Formats: sequence, C-alpha cells, structure tokens
Amino acid sequence: MFKKLFGFLKKDEANDEVRVCKKCNEETKYSELFNNYMICPKCGTYARMSAKERLTVICDDNSFNELYSELKSTNHLGFPEYDEKLEKARKATGLEEAVVTGTCTIGGVKTALFVMDSAFMMASMGTIVGEKITRLFEKATQEKLPVVGFVTSGGARMQEGMLSLMQMAKVSGAVKRHSDAGELYIPVLTDPTTGGITASFGMLGDIIIAEPKALIGFAGARVIEQTTGQKLPAGFQRAEFLLEHGFVDAIVERKNLKATITNLLEIHK
Amino acid sequence: MKKMTAYEKVAAARGNKRPMGGYFIENMIDNFVELHGDRRFGDDNAIIGGVGYLGGEPVTVIGMERGDTIEERIKRHFGCPTPEGYRKALRLMKNAEKFNRPIICFIGSSGAYCGIDAEERGQGEAIAENLYEMMGVKAPIISVIVGEGGSGGALALGVANRVAMLENSVYSVISPEGCATILWKDSTKAGEAAEILKLTAGDLFGFGIVEKIIEEENKTSEEICNDLKKYISEELKTLKAMSEKELLNQRYEKFRKIGR
Repeated sequence: MFKKLFGFLKKDEANDEVRVCKKCNEETKYSELFNNYMICPKCGTYARMSAKERLTVICDDNSFNELYSELKSTNHLGFPEYDEKLEKARKATGLEEAVVTGTCTIGGVKTALFVMDSAFMMASMGTIVGEKITRLFEKATQEKLPVVGFVTSGGARMQEGMLSLMQMAKVSGAVKRHSDAGELYIPVLTDPTTGGITASFGMLGDIIIAEPKALIGFAGARVIEQTTGQKLPAGFQRAEFLLEHGFVDAIVERKNLKATITNLLEIHK
Repeated sequence: MKKMTAYEKVAAARGNKRPMGGYFIENMIDNFVELHGDRRFGDDNAIIGGVGYLGGEPVTVIGMERGDTIEERIKRHFGCPTPEGYRKALRLMKNAEKFNRPIICFIGSSGAYCGIDAEERGQGEAIAENLYEMMGVKAPIISVIVGEGGSGGALALGVANRVAMLENSVYSVISPEGCATILWKDSTKAGEAAEILKLTAGDLFGFGIVEKIIEEENKTSEEICNDLKKYISEELKTLKAMSEKELLNQRYEKFRKIGR
C-alpha cells in the first residue's frame, strides 16, 4: 500500500522518520506505521490520521478530485494571534484549511467526501470549514451523490466568533436538504469529535460510524468534572460509551473501514 | 448616558433580575397553556413551552427560564437546558407545524446543561437534531435573544426566519471567561475577551446574524415587552403571507449566506 502514497505523502515517504507511540512510547518507522493504518504495531493504539493519510487509505487510487481548495480563511474579527495560528497550521499540515473536500470513488462508488484534520487548529470550524462542507452537500444533492465524512474537531472556531457558531446551522441545513433528496450520509467519528460538531453534522448521519475508543462528546470532560464535582465513569465519552447509549450505529476498526463503507454505499445504491 | 462596554452588556444579560423566557410568555401570551415533556425520557424545567395567543393569533411559544428564587433556580438548573428540553421544544415545534401555527422562541441561557447524565442522553445529538429539523419546520419561526445566548445551547432554539436581540443581550460562541482562559490562561481578562468576541446586539446586527435590535435604554420591562410584541406581530404578518417554500428558502438562505 505504501507505494500508493505518491503524490499525497511524498515528504513523509522520503524521510521515513521514526514516530513515537503516545501510549507505549515504542518507536516505529513511518512506512511501517502507515502500512498498519497508523496504528501502533506494538500496543494497538490509534494515532490520529492526517487528511492526506485518510484520503490515501479510503479513496480508490487516483480517484480523488479536490474541490473548493481556493477558499481561504480570513481574520474577520481581527482576533489576536489568529493569523499566526492559521499560518502555523498551514505550514504544519500543508493544507489551506482544517477540512479537505472533493469527490472520489470508494470501492468503485462515486462519493462526495470530506476529511477533517485535527493537526489544523484542532479542526475547529470557522466560516471556511462550514462553507466547504456546505458546498459539498449542495453539490452532492444536485448530483445525487452519497456523502462520506471523516469527522474530527474541537468544535466551533472561537477566533471567528459568532460567524463560526452560525456554521453549525448552515451545515445542518445543507445536510437536511441532501437527506430530503433521498441521499445517504455517513459520518465517521474519529478521535476527537467534540462540542459544536457533535451538536451538528457529526450526529446527523443516516448511519454513524465511530473508530474504536474515539473521544466523542458535547461538553468537555474536565468542564463537566469541575462544574458538577462528579467523578467521570471509566470510558466516559468514548466510542464504546456512545454505542452503549445508542448514539452511534457501529464501531469499525480502521482496517475494515473501507470495506464497511463500500458495503454500505453498495447497499444504498 | 454612557455607552455600555461589551462586558457590561454581558453582566446585564446575566443580571439577577433580568426577565427571561417566563416573563415574556406571561406578559405577551394570552390564555397560555404550558405543555410538558419530551415523550421520551422526561421534562426539563429550563425550557417552558406551550400554546396561547399573541394579539389574538394562536402561537406556539418556547422560552428558556432560570427562575427567580434559589429553589426555583435549582429546579430549573439555572436555565441550562438538558437534552429533554431541546427534544420537548422540537416536539412542540412539530405540533405547531401540524396546526400551522407560528413559533416564538425566547433564548437566554449560559449554555446547554453540562453533566454526565446529559452526555449519556445525547446532549450533542439533541442540539444537532434541533438545528436540522428547525431548518425544515413548515411554520414561521421567530427567535429572540433576551438574555445570554450561550453558544450551541442557545442556537438550538435559534434557527429561525427572524432573529432579534434585546439591546443588552449577548450571543456568543464561547463565554468571555472561557475565551480569556484559552487565550491568556486568565479568566479575569474576560472584559477584553468580550470586546474581541463581538457578541453584542450591535456587532451581530452588523454581521447580518440578527435582523432587529429592541432598544432597552430608559425603558421598563413592560415597555420592552410591548415593543417586542409589536415587532413579532408585524413580522408574523409578513411571514404568514409567504408560501411554505418561500418560508423555508428564506430561513435556509439567512444562514447560508453567513461566511459565504
């Protein structure tokens, strides 16, 4: 699979640097880690995947056609340090924004796809993230395409104030129009998915998939602890907790994601 | 009179004596009948909902309320709605749609209720569902921010054809204290954060997020309530003249254009 990275992951491939597992501290070469779906081969911990890695794993070879990459965030409110944060995130990820949108085929089925990247300002949603996802849903509605979304986010982007909060309503509206047109939407909730994203398009799928042990919730765990003085139960706000309480359809291991999504897309064709 | 700073408005919006949803329902709606429960799990006292008349016209009205006395505040968990509150609100909106009745929402809450039980019962899902469903409700919706509009927990009643704000209410993506803590690790700088966040009625009018500011200066609560009633009645006339399709398109476009 590693050969397929060309174009997306050139830099990482060339360097093949050693990555350290956050859980067990074991060192693994990037190529080995990637071939294992960015899961630590020693302890099984899921590392967070970049948007580029996700696209490489989930799209059929050379099928991804990026859309709306020309949209760039601006500092509407003149918010302190926002320009610097954006610049740093762009450099670190090689992305213009926290979400990549486009069309592709998955197991041969034409699909509209969005992939969020937590390395870009914790994939928080400002106006451009909201606009790109909204445009994708509108296009998918027009062209009768299913939407698959790899979701991760800290929530609405504070640096764009209320303009960010309004994106929750805007995207939810576009999801509704897509659904009313009879089209399928599958969000895949990955670590972490919190705040305004759980309270909007993260939870609005026909079928909601989660990755094992992903943190998924509305209020921050520490905030809940501080506000209520309650001790949080083990596994609180993890994917398994949401499954138990009836809020996700299935937890799917990373290596099975493409096959599972392909199957679901086929069933809904 | 000296112009209020953003943080003074935050303090006013949170003011101990500031009228919230309950006051406006009581003073604006005739023959009000409160309707309880989400028909799923329970009833949330932070949201009051029901039916009545606004100047002779039947309406469904939903308002956030924190209560006046300490006992009442505990019962209403300080005006922070639980998932059951949002689900009750949606149930009442669906009922309004069925009987072709306009919907009025009064928003004033520091945010959605924060707790283990709320997470277990899907606080995020409940809010998401409201944003999604409100976009399709085939009846006019007018939302008014009367106190503190605390982020997603406020927006969950705010997907409307018209959004108005009382002059000294605020509406923000995050509390100024929370913002100051993230920015400067110092919640005492909330005053500076409040300026930066652009959370006043004037700021949000400028962004096109709200259509109307109801003035408060030198007015009693009763006068404010009357002005608000007048505004809502006039707007409902316009909205009721629209076809279902126009109504839904107008609501969609109102949010669609933000950050386009």
